Amino acid sequence: MAKGKLSFTDIDVTVTVPAGTRVIEVSEKVGAGIIYGCREGDCGTCLMKVEGGMEYLSEPTALEDKVLKENMAGKDMRCACQAQVLGDGEVKVHPA
Amino acid sequence: MLAKLPEPVEIAGGVHWIGALDPDLRTFDLILKTANGTTYNAYAVRGPEGVVVVDTVKEEFSEEFFTRLEQVADYDEIRAVILNHLEPDHTGAVPELMRRAPHAHIFCSVRALKVLTALLKDELDNYGYTLTDTGDRCSLSGRPISFVNTPYLHWPDTQCTFLEDEKLLFSGDVFGCHFCDDRLYNDRVGDFRFSFEYYFKHIMRPFKRWVLQAVDKIEPLAPELIAPAHGPILRDNPLSYVRSYRTLSNSYLPNEVEGREKSLLVFYMSAYGATADMAKAVHDGASSVEGVRVSLYDLQGGETEPFVDLIESADGLVFGSPTVNGDAVKPVWDVLASLISIETRGKLGGAFGSYGWSGEAVPMIEDRLRGLKMRVPAKGLRIKFHPTDKELDDCRDYGRTLAESLVGKAKPKVVDFADL
Ligand SMILES: Cc1cc2nc3c(=O)[nH]c(=O)nc-3n(C[C@H](O)[C@H](O)[C@H](O)COP(=O)(O)O)c2cc1C
Ligand code: FES
Ligand SMILES: [Fe+2]
Ligand SMILES: [Fe+2]
Repeated sequence: MAKGKLSFTDIDVTVTVPAGTRVIEVSEKVGAGIIYGCREGDCGTCLMKVEGGMEYLSEPTALEDKVLKENMAGKDMRCACQAQVLGDGEVKVHPA
Repeated sequence: MLAKLPEPVEIAGGVHWIGALDPDLRTFDLILKTANGTTYNAYAVRGPEGVVVVDTVKEEFSEEFFTRLEQVADYDEIRAVILNHLEPDHTGAVPELMRRAPHAHIFCSVRALKVLTALLKDELDNYGYTLTDTGDRCSLSGRPISFVNTPYLHWPDTQCTFLEDEKLLFSGDVFGCHFCDDRLYNDRVGDFRFSFEYYFKHIMRPFKRWVLQAVDKIEPLAPELIAPAHGPILRDNPLSYVRSYRTLSNSYLPNEVEGREKSLLVFYMSAYGATADMAKAVHDGASSVEGVRVSLYDLQGGETEPFVDLIESADGLVFGSPTVNGDAVKPVWDVLASLISIETRGKLGGAFGSYGWSGEAVPMIEDRLRGLKMRVPAKGLRIKFHPTDKELDDCRDYGRTLAESLVGKAKPKVVDFADL
């Protein structure tokens, strides 16, 4: 199975994860500062900044696109409860 | 004093108060005590081209609202309905108002749209609406109006509306309070200082960061009159209320080590001393890290509220609880449940405790800390019955790890997902 790297720069932790893992599944386990509300792409509480490797994250779904727009999110922002790590590269994130 | 006001009250040029009085209310939104009841303030602004309605009232008070509105406007004169906040205490009459006012166009913030959709359902398709943001200006019914987005004061949707030609701020829940007195103006009603502060403490305090951002946007407008959605209309020295929002947003217990040291609070409860011994070791371990001021508190000897004030200005919190009947002990939950009145987002959290066979307390506390939007960087520490010397070392390590994480000295880590 393809593996990807996911780095939480606020706590300096890098995790090797199987492709398809959502950021939320990892960030809660390592205690990164990203926070959650609805956990299903509705509220925008989990907005995070992607510092690098945006191309190694899944494209936003229509649901995520909607919540990004509602929260006037910048181009480098994603919802941690929605974005999945695709593998073959490193994604760097920190809380918005 | 508590008789029902018969007439709308003109509070500025062409602007009438058309709200409702609720003198008998004693609890608001399940959590607030209201010794003096409350008011739901709504306003009608007349211009050369028609009438603008700002907010409405709680549903039970709709008739009172419509009676007052009808005294100052015909329904077909209404061009705009501005909704500063979509909580039901201000939108109870909106569905009926929209049915009655054929030319009304809705103005609300971008983030209010979801709540508006839930409120009007399919009927929303029959109406026009405009979504507003800070700095948006327009002429409504011939009056110059601008908007200030004030998210989280009190819901994500909240905004204030500024009537520029009167320098009048319709502030929604901001600068409001639950105090019903039909003399309406702050210089004529009874003493409402306590109510103003109490309202701030329960409604605005968890969102202090947003309060300060809102005050930064509102102060330059220099409003000469503030018309909130609850309680007295502030015409005497309105800016003093804006300034008091700034003051009230300071911590109740200012942190004297702020900027120089991080503060880490260790709370515990212990029946037979096992969790107490762990707490002292966690404290000692954390204290060995430079730049962190560590404090230890036995919850058994304190009351919840002062601890909440203390926690508000702390950078990190660690809770120690034994597992009793499959749960953490009540004083720990009392403190954790009370933290909704302050901002905990981004603080560091941890949990430890002694247990006998199942040990549920620690993971339950950790879940609650995450629920409070805190970061929990190290796995909580559980020890069976009394800690051995080796286990006390583990407690010291745990304290040190938390403290290092607090000052950003945690060593960079590379881990595999499977090992988490
Ligand atoms: C003071 C207050 C705060 C609220 N905070 C939240 C919140 O943080 N997240 C949320 O999803 N809903 C929040 N709500 C919305 C309520 O959950 C929603 O209005 C719900 O329908 C109320 O249910 P009830 O009629 O059983 O009281 C809040 C409501 C109130 C009155
Ligand atoms: S947690 Fe609500 S959108 Fe992600
Ligand atoms: Fe409200
Ligand atoms: Fe309100």
